[in-house]
Amino acid sequence: MSIAMPAPNQDVIARGPQIVAALQAVLPADAVIHDPQETRAYECDALTAYRCPPLAVVLPRTTAQVAAIMRLCNDMGVPVVPRGAGTSLAGGALPTADCVILGTMRLRDVLEIDTDNRFIRVQSGITNLAVSAELESHGFFYAPDPSSQLACTIAGNIAMNSGGAHCLKYGVTTNNLMGATVVLSTGEIVEMGGPEAGPDGLDMLGLFCGSEGQLGVVTEAILRILPRPEGARPVLIGFGDAEVAGECVANIIRSGVIPVAIEYMDEPCLRAVESFAKAGYPTCNAVLIVEVEGSADEIADQIARIREIADALNPVEFRESRNADEAAKIWKGRKSAFGAMGKLGDYICLDGTVPVGQLPYTLRRIGELSREHGLEVANVFHAGDGNMHPLILFNANQPGDLARAEAFGNDILRLCVEVGGCLTGEHGVGIEKRDLMSTQYAPDDLAIQMEIKDLFDPQWLLNAAKVFPLQASAAHRGRAAE
Amino acid sequence: MSAVQDLLAPTTEAELAAIIADRRRPLRIIGGGTRVQLPPGDDMMIDRLTTTRLSGVVTYSPGEMTLIARPGTPLPEIEAMLAAEGQALAFEPPDLRGVLGGHGAPTLGGMVAANASGPRRLMAGACRDHLLGVRFVDGRGRVIKNGGRVMKNVTGLDLSKLLAGSYGTLAVLTEIVLKTLPHLPARATLVFADMNRAQAVRLFSTALATPFDVTGAAWRDGTAYLRIEGLEKQLIYRRDRLLALLAAHAPQVLDDAATTALWRGLRDVTNFAGSDAPLWRILAKPTDAPAICTALHALGGATSLDWGGGLIWYAGPGSAAQVRALAPHATLIRRAGLTGPAFPPQTGPLARLQSGLRQTFDPAGLLNPGLMDA
Repeated sequence: MSIAMPAPNQDVIARGPQIVAALQAVLPADAVIHDPQETRAYECDALTAYRCPPLAVVLPRTTAQVAAIMRLCNDMGVPVVPRGAGTSLAGGALPTADCVILGTMRLRDVLEIDTDNRFIRVQSGITNLAVSAELESHGFFYAPDPSSQLACTIAGNIAMNSGGAHCLKYGVTTNNLMGATVVLSTGEIVEMGGPEAGPDGLDMLGLFCGSEGQLGVVTEAILRILPRPEGARPVLIGFGDAEVAGECVANIIRSGVIPVAIEYMDEPCLRAVESFAKAGYPTCNAVLIVEVEGSADEIADQIARIREIADALNPVEFRESRNADEAAKIWKGRKSAFGAMGKLGDYICLDGTVPVGQLPYTLRRIGELSREHGLEVANVFHAGDGNMHPLILFNANQPGDLARAEAFGNDILRLCVEVGGCLTGEHGVGIEKRDLMSTQYAPDDLAIQMEIKDLFDPQWLLNAAKVFPLQASAAHRGRAAE
Repeated sequence: MSAVQDLLAPTTEAELAAIIADRRRPLRIIGGGTRVQLPPGDDMMIDRLTTTRLSGVVTYSPGEMTLIARPGTPLPEIEAMLAAEGQALAFEPPDLRGVLGGHGAPTLGGMVAANASGPRRLMAGACRDHLLGVRFVDGRGRVIKNGGRVMKNVTGLDLSKLLAGSYGTLAVLTEIVLKTLPHLPARATLVFADMNRAQAVRLFSTALATPFDVTGAAWRDGTAYLRIEGLEKQLIYRRDRLLALLAAHAPQVLDDAATTALWRGLRDVTNFAGSDAPLWRILAKPTDAPAICTALHALGGATSLDWGGGLIWYAGPGSAAQVRALAPHATLIRRAGLTGPAFPPQTGPLARLQSGLRQTFDPAGLLNPGLMDA
């Protein structure tokens, strides 16, 4: 438990009953939760080591209600922590004792599906998977597919600029977001972007996407939709040497074939998957799963090209899937990897990105760091775009083990920055990587970002004490509190 | 007549930062000078700072699909270097010299500053979608970096998107990181003659709802065009499926070379290069485009369509007020004597935030004053 949060504002906590009464006055009775038994359900997100029940939880159903909440909290000086489904692995939705949690989960209507103009307009609390499910009968889909897509909301996806396994071809949230209705800290409602290709002036939507709840709350979104591909098929390639697998990734990308996904699993991960999921993967040091899309002939043509590239590197195995059953088998191990790792013990899941060419070196260094820290690590990640997800295993019941795992994780993230990458590819900074920001950004790089926060949220009430290192943001938060 | 003002040409980021930090008077930031029309006599009124000597490629890694280069690097040089590795800038930046009458060489920095994106934006996204990171000097002379050189990066606020399309009004770019993609080896065009705009947009909506990766959907002079690209076998398959689907319209097929030439012309809006009427770039919901065009024609002039109808080019005598009443998302690209704001005027809280952002980046208003009407 090495990540500190600033002391909550006791004055706000003391005014708790008044704040709840004021919220109840502007919202339906069932939209305000303040019973400590019930607010506990919101005390953490998927970074479960950190917990803190909020002052109250509000669950609005309309943009107007969100605006009323924001105006009220702004007037009363109450911190607001926006929350989608609470699936953040970075503590992005971690409450503070003096905050109101603004949950988007009841904003879940589909407002418009327009296949002629290729967009869907939704309320932001709808889940990622529900969006694609809505589109299925129209022959379309929404491309970003974070692995939490069953639960996670579009609001959270926009706040974190979420990715997924298929962004090698389709990009991340920011590349598939056309417009957003945003409620500002003042309670004002603004439209950023729209159903037409934008922007008109400065790209406000581009700035907002991925701003982790620092600049406002999104209540509606216009998402770009794509026609569903005719088919997709994975191949599995096993290598005796992790570095050769990394070389294979770079060679595929260079060849002109753009797979929709290239996933990588290393030996510790393969061992766990074999023990618990019995996926029947080859015994080797690295497995790649490469998926291509198109018609049957297009797929065959692309797989032939990939085989040629792989064969030149002497793989242990090159396994094609001839039908849906075999395709599912190839994906089975990858899809069960996180669950399988969970059976080995507790783990923390990291999210750094490195340039693809640095993958072999980075993997080797992670192995060395694993021995230095005395903790096991497994790697399973999106190799095509260099977005790594090292899983560090530890024992939560052993005092000090989490702190050791966090220290190891920080070393890995520093390594990612050192080789030219970044701290987070898709999970966001939240509290988890907040104090590491200074390894990637110099003081002025952070200063201008915090000045933009000053502009959108002069009182620093929105998800404050996240994203920016506490020390660096202290002056901004202090000024705002005056 | 007063003398031509100073021309500053820093050769390093540090030199640029020092110039701006000491600066009291505004600066006109110029790359190749090919993407905006400056008012006559602009060079008599305001000192110029050119990025042409902040030039050169820092790193190009085809296997990582990334290019890092300085803003003054000529775009043709970049395109040739990428082509030699079988790659390209997928967003197909247009060359507007023919339309705007510029004579310089387009630069990488100018391309990003204008978020210049051609017909393939429809499928591949805009320039800003391929911008992975930037270094820049802001209006206070601070050297700042944002983003990086990797494809997935959500570390902190995304200022790269904000700088793309900001026309040098927030900061001067000093380093640009772009995603490069394989140059699709084969291409063809389906040509649909005798189509009005409404028929064309319906055709586009049909074609763009197929999984056949249409990479261009444009209309001009009564003809609609669909472009397909891909690996050789993909191309044949996609072409044949689209021909079957759209057989009722009896399309003709253009080969690779003819396709390349045609789409270069569509990209660069050559149909309006010869005219001296004001030229507007109008963004619309594609299915709204035909009605907007009909209304614009009532003002006189001509239109063409790109991005499946999402982009309308209008060259004609309509006044700014008339054009904006019909199409609120209209930007004046070639003034031809028209005065007033070039960009769609913003109102309300968004206008306040945009002006606040300008204050944040450039509190003294040094950088490209007036270029985005602010």
